[in-house]
Formats: sequence, structure tokens, C-alpha cells
Amino acid sequence: MATVAAGTRLVAIVGNPNAGKTTLFNALTGSRQKVGNYPGVTVERVSGPLQLASGSVECVDIPGLYSMSPVSEDERVAVAAIRGEAPANRQPDLLICVVDASNLERNLFLFSQVAELGIPTVVALTMVDRLESAKRLLDLSRLSNLLGVEVVPVVGHKERGIKDLLEAVDRAFESPQPPDVDFTLSLETKAKIASLRERLARSGEDFTKRELKDKLQSESNDLASYAKDFPEIEEVYVRALDAVTSDVEPTPEDDSSYRYGWSTMVSRAAISEPGDPGRKTLTDRIDHILTHRVWGMLVFAGVMYLVFQSIYSFAGPLMDGIDWIFGKLSGWVGPMLDGAPVLQSLVVDGLIGGVGGMLVFLPQILILFFFIAVLEGTGYLARAAFLMDRVLGWCGLNGRAFIPLLSSFACAIPGIMAARVMPDVKSRLATILVAPLMSCSARLPVYVLLIGTFIAPKYGPVWAGITLFAMHLLGLVVAIPIVWFLNRRVFKGTRLPFLLELPPYQWPKWKDVWLAMYFRGKVFVTTAGTIIVLMSVLIWGLSYFPRSNEATTRYEQTFERQWVETEKQEPFGDKYKSAQDSYVAEQQLANSYLGRFGKTLEPVFVPAGFDWRITTAVLSAFPARETVVPSLGIIFNLGGDVDEGSVDLQQAINRAKWPDGRPLFTVWTAISLMVFFALCCQCMSTLATIRRETNSWKWPVFVFTYMTALAYLASVGINFLGQALR
Amino acid sequence: MPLMRDSVMTFSELKQGMRVRIVGIHNDSPEARRLKEMGMTVGTTLNVVKVAPFGDPVEIDLRGYRLCLRKKETLGFDVEPVE
Repeated sequence: MATVAAGTRLVAIVGNPNAGKTTLFNALTGSRQKVGNYPGVTVERVSGPLQLASGSVECVDIPGLYSMSPVSEDERVAVAAIRGEAPANRQPDLLICVVDASNLERNLFLFSQVAELGIPTVVALTMVDRLESAKRLLDLSRLSNLLGVEVVPVVGHKERGIKDLLEAVDRAFESPQPPDVDFTLSLETKAKIASLRERLARSGEDFTKRELKDKLQSESNDLASYAKDFPEIEEVYVRALDAVTSDVEPTPEDDSSYRYGWSTMVSRAAISEPGDPGRKTLTDRIDHILTHRVWGMLVFAGVMYLVFQSIYSFAGPLMDGIDWIFGKLSGWVGPMLDGAPVLQSLVVDGLIGGVGGMLVFLPQILILFFFIAVLEGTGYLARAAFLMDRVLGWCGLNGRAFIPLLSSFACAIPGIMAARVMPDVKSRLATILVAPLMSCSARLPVYVLLIGTFIAPKYGPVWAGITLFAMHLLGLVVAIPIVWFLNRRVFKGTRLPFLLELPPYQWPKWKDVWLAMYFRGKVFVTTAGTIIVLMSVLIWGLSYFPRSNEATTRYEQTFERQWVETEKQEPFGDKYKSAQDSYVAEQQLANSYLGRFGKTLEPVFVPAGFDWRITTAVLSAFPARETVVPSLGIIFNLGGDVDEGSVDLQQAINRAKWPDGRPLFTVWTAISLMVFFALCCQCMSTLATIRRETNSWKWPVFVFTYMTALAYLASVGINFLGQALR
Repeated sequence: MPLMRDSVMTFSELKQGMRVRIVGIHNDSPEARRLKEMGMTVGTTLNVVKVAPFGDPVEIDLRGYRLCLRKKETLGFDVEPVE
């Protein structure tokens, strides 16, 4: 969490979701924002410095909320941050309350609650341009009078009104005044209290309106005797007293009705009704198509196809570019460290490989967040959720889960990060926990290798296609009971109702889009990325050590003897040299801590149909599953440069035998291994991202455990089924 | 037993294009309280703008904004058609 230096004044931006809060915050603080977490919760704390004429203040963007009676974790944190309770632990010195002028009635509901806290407040009135286009007139001074605070119209993305807002904040700091709102009194009563106050002030008796109201409402009223002595005061006093006693005090049950009664009154007094109420707005006309049962679904499918293709295919060249740059970097740095083989391998394979392997996710993250920011900024994301809610809602997810889950079919990391489009923590967590089950593009090489070797040659292309499709469907099917279980057993407490606001369409704010991409990228690299690089170095150590020159010489000599015996050739030439290198690499991996671990665990994986070689390849793929094909290459003596289309590798795994001569792979072993890869969480980057997004190690440990257990049990089950059917 | 009027309906009976007023709320759950805080108080007039392609959720227009909610999550909200 970002710490607040003692003495720094704290300004908080509060408001409803969709009120233009983020746009305003971006306009105020720009790229100087800091993104952290409130301690112990998944909610992000976003803050930035704000320059006022009277000096610098810290400005914090509080998560959007509808009411001060929270129903979700986000709202609980937001309320705590406004009240200064844990986990925020500091009350803001001033509030900027963002109020959407085109949705005044509902936005003022929250204002009526916030106003009761007695914190000096300035209202930033957004979306005034929408009033203009709807030909509605705004009476700014009247609104300001009714709310008892300064109201500043802003158009955040055009920086219009930002300067005025900062000046108003400065004025509010100079002479702090909490809002003067009493939603329990009618306008007439307020006017009568005001004239009483004025009359008393002329006689030298200074009261605030609230003090007067409390006096008038209390049984023992010392004003009564005072008023008796001054007939001209008594007249106003009696009128105010009558008014106050005839206004009904609200009870907690109809609190909302009273507040809405007040907000309706303010709204009607401050803004004129639209000239032609029946007129269809542009949003209505767009929605006529975009939420249409046929056209809407077609457009939705098209948009999702574009998003998916962008991260699945279009990100490819950028990812290859990153691979190429880090390959060049390795080739350039490697020879400098020729004298020190351990350091050389640490730097080239551990550090450069680790940083490259982490940065390679960046293009997908940036592209996905570009789309999310545009879709959210225009208002389409809410329509997509509206269309998809029924499809995902029945198993406990909601319509907003569609983009995170779809993205996870390309890569779980941007998918997990995209789960933040869901404001409700329980739905977000459920989506994050099943996102890694979606079959990501890194699983494809395993499917291609095994289907190409064992399914396509024997059963033909149709079954090959069906198998590939089934592997992609598997994770989705398994996710359904898991979400159901999580909602029933793990997430306790009441579920937030699915409330989705459909804001009017608008053009995306490009500044918001770039800042969203910039901060998502930055957060990934600095938090999840650090963990990924550290783990890469650790895994490098496990697969490199122990290593000694003596052992390497011994492997070389053993290979030389075998070569002479089996090939009846002199141990020279390129073919000999490359075969020897492959053999040495295989022996080194087999004797590394990782390889020894694989051999130790072999009995555990035998029920799944895996020998120590498959087990080692599976284990070496736990940090990142895309390494399994090169690992298989090394273990089957072909070196690490093979790919999934390699005929040599296909032949090698086809020929491989158990020690008793049975073939290592049957169709069932191949299916067992594919299912293992489909279900297992072999991706430390995913786990590091879950750690970042949930702000807890508990959930990555949970995901790793349940997915590994599921993968193991499924593989064992398939292997047994295979043996039973043989 | 309160007198039941024929015209009183629940949310599940809403059809696209209807204009209704909330006449009673018989639900004290936190979920129902949230709906009231969103402006669905007794006496509020709603327009049913659209029903989603698979029958749920419904998009309603109230207090000058658009909200979509699931029919089964609005239990206890009685509405009556208005002209």
C-alpha cells in the first residue's frame, strides 16, 4: 500500500460507477498514478499527486459505489476508505463527489449519504454535455444552493472545468464547509428555517440551520421562551416550528424512499425536463441493433471473434519479436561469459530467459486491455454482459465473465487480469479460479504432437479434429461444477444481485484507454513479473545443478563407447558430435535435481501411464507448459531444438518402450497425457498473476492444488480405462 | 389477507414495452434493499425497455437511467401497469 506522508492532505474522489470518476481522476493525475492494494483485500488502491495553488495533496480514486451500505467487498473497502476505517485507516480531508448530471436522481442518493459524514465536499458535475444534447437546462447556482456545496461542471476528457475544480478544492480547504443537506425536510420547511436563522442573526444569535432544526425538533426548546420576548421573531419561529413538526421523520425501512424523494425534488428544481420526452435517443437506436436477439448476437460474436483473434493470432508477431530480441541478447551476452559456464547459464538461461519469458505475455495483456478499455468506455461491455448473462448466469457466473473466460483460451494471464471488469469480488474470484482451466495456446503443441503421432495416423483426420476440439472443451466442461462448488461451499454470505447499468453510448476516451494499457502492463511487469523471473531462476537452478566437469566427461566417454559398439564407426564428425551433445544434455537433465525428482516420482505417475521420462518432461513443464516439447526432445536424445511437428520426435516417442519391452505410448497414454496437460496448472506466470490479482497466496495455492489433483486423477482414470478396454 | 387486485404483477410477468409502477415491496433481504437504493422504491414508474435474447435479464428505464436485472432477483417487487 502506498503510504501517506504525515501532513499530506488527502483528497478522495467518490461517486457511482459509470459517473465518469476514472476519466476525471485520469484528467487530474495522468500518468503519475500509483497502483497498489489495500492491505489484506483484493481491492486496488489507485492514487496520485494533485497540484493545488496551496501546495500538493494526495488524491485517491475510491472504487465506485452505489450506497454507503455496502454489499460487496469493493463497496466495503470504498465505504471504509471514505469513513477512514480499516483497511484504509485514514479519513480523507476533502471529498470530490462525482455526480453524473444526466443521471442526477440516482447519483444524488449516494451524495445524500456521503453528505452526512460532515467531510468538506466539492461536487464535480460530469456529463453536462449530455444535458446540452438533450436540450435540458441546468440551473447551477440553484443546484449548488440545494446541495450546500460548490458544484463545478467538468468534461474530464476535454480538461474543461478541471482548473475550476482545483480552485474550488483550494477554496474548500481554505474555508472548510461540510455539505448542508437535509433530505428529511421539505423545501418549504427549509425556507422557513432559513428565515428564522436570518431573523435571529439580526438579533445577534448565530445558529447553523442544523442546530436550529435540532432545537425546533427537541422537546425542551429554549428558543420558545426567547421568541416570546420578541414578537417579530415569534412569528417566524412559530411558522418554522409548525413546518418542522408537520414534516414526517423517516424510519430506517423507508430511508431510500426519503432520500429519493429529496433527490427527485433537487433534480426537478435544478434541471429542466427534456423538451420531447418520447424522442428516441441515439443510444436507443444503437441498442435497437446491438441488443437485438438476432443482430445483437451476430455483432457480439463478431466483436468477440475480433478480440480473440487479436490476442490469439495478431499478438504472435509481437511475441516472436520479443523472443527474437531476447534470443539476440542471449547470443550477445553469452560469449562474454565463456570462461564461467555456471554464470553463463544462469544469465542466459535463467535471467535473460526468465525476463524474456515474462515479457512475452505483455503484447496479449496490452492488446486485451486496449479492447476492454474501448468496449467499457463506449458502453458496449455492459451490452455484452446483458446478452450473455443467461448463458453464464445459471452456473453462478455472470455475463461479465465472458471476456475473461474467452481470453483465457488464448492465455490465462490477460484473462485473469481481465476479470477486473467484474465489480463483485465473488464473481471475479470464481472467474479467476477457473480461467486457467480454459485450454490456452501453450497447450496446443502437446495436442499437436500427440494427436499427430498417435491419433491422426491410425484414426484419420476426422478423429484428430474431434480430439483437438474435445481437449478445448474439456476445461470449460470441468469449470462448471467447480464454479458451482465454489459458490455453494467456499464463498459464504449473500450474493450481490446482478445489477448492470446500461450507460448511454459514447466515444472512448483515448487518454483513459492508454492509461489503462499502461498501468495494466506496468502492474504485471513490476509485481507478477518479479515473481515470474525469480521462479525462472529457481527452476533453472533445479534443472542445472548438480553439475560437474567430471560427470560431463564421464557422459561423453560413455557415449563414445556406445557409439563405437552400435554404429561400428570412429567417434568423429558432425553427426557424432551432435548426437553426443544430445546425449550429454539428456544425462545432465536426468541427473539434475529436477530429473532425480522425476525418477523418484515415477511410481506416483505409473498409474497414469507415465514412465520417468514422461514424468520428468511433465515436471519440467510445471513452470511453463510450453517447455514440454523441448524437454521431451532432450529426454529422447534429440536435443532441445525440436518442435511439435518434428518427425524425429514423433518416431522417438512411438518407438519408446518400458523396460519390459511394452511400448511406452498407447493411444490411451497419449490421451492421458493430453488430459493431464489440459487440466493441470503448469504455468507459474498464471499463479504469479493470481497472486497479484487476489492479493493473497491462498488462491494461487488453491488453484495449483485443485488443478494438479484433477489432472492426476483424470489421467489415472483414463489409463485404467485404457487397460480395461484392451 | 390483503385484497388482491387483478392488475398486480410480479417482475417475472414483465414484457417488453410495458410501463409499470412499483406498488409494493415484500422483501427485506440485502439484495432487495440494494434495489431500493438503486431507485426502485414504492411509487417509482418503470419502462421495460428490453428482455434479453434468452428471456433474462430485463432492461428497465427508471429515474432517467437504464438498469438491467434478473427477474428471479426481484422477488417481492409488485408492479401494476400504468398508462
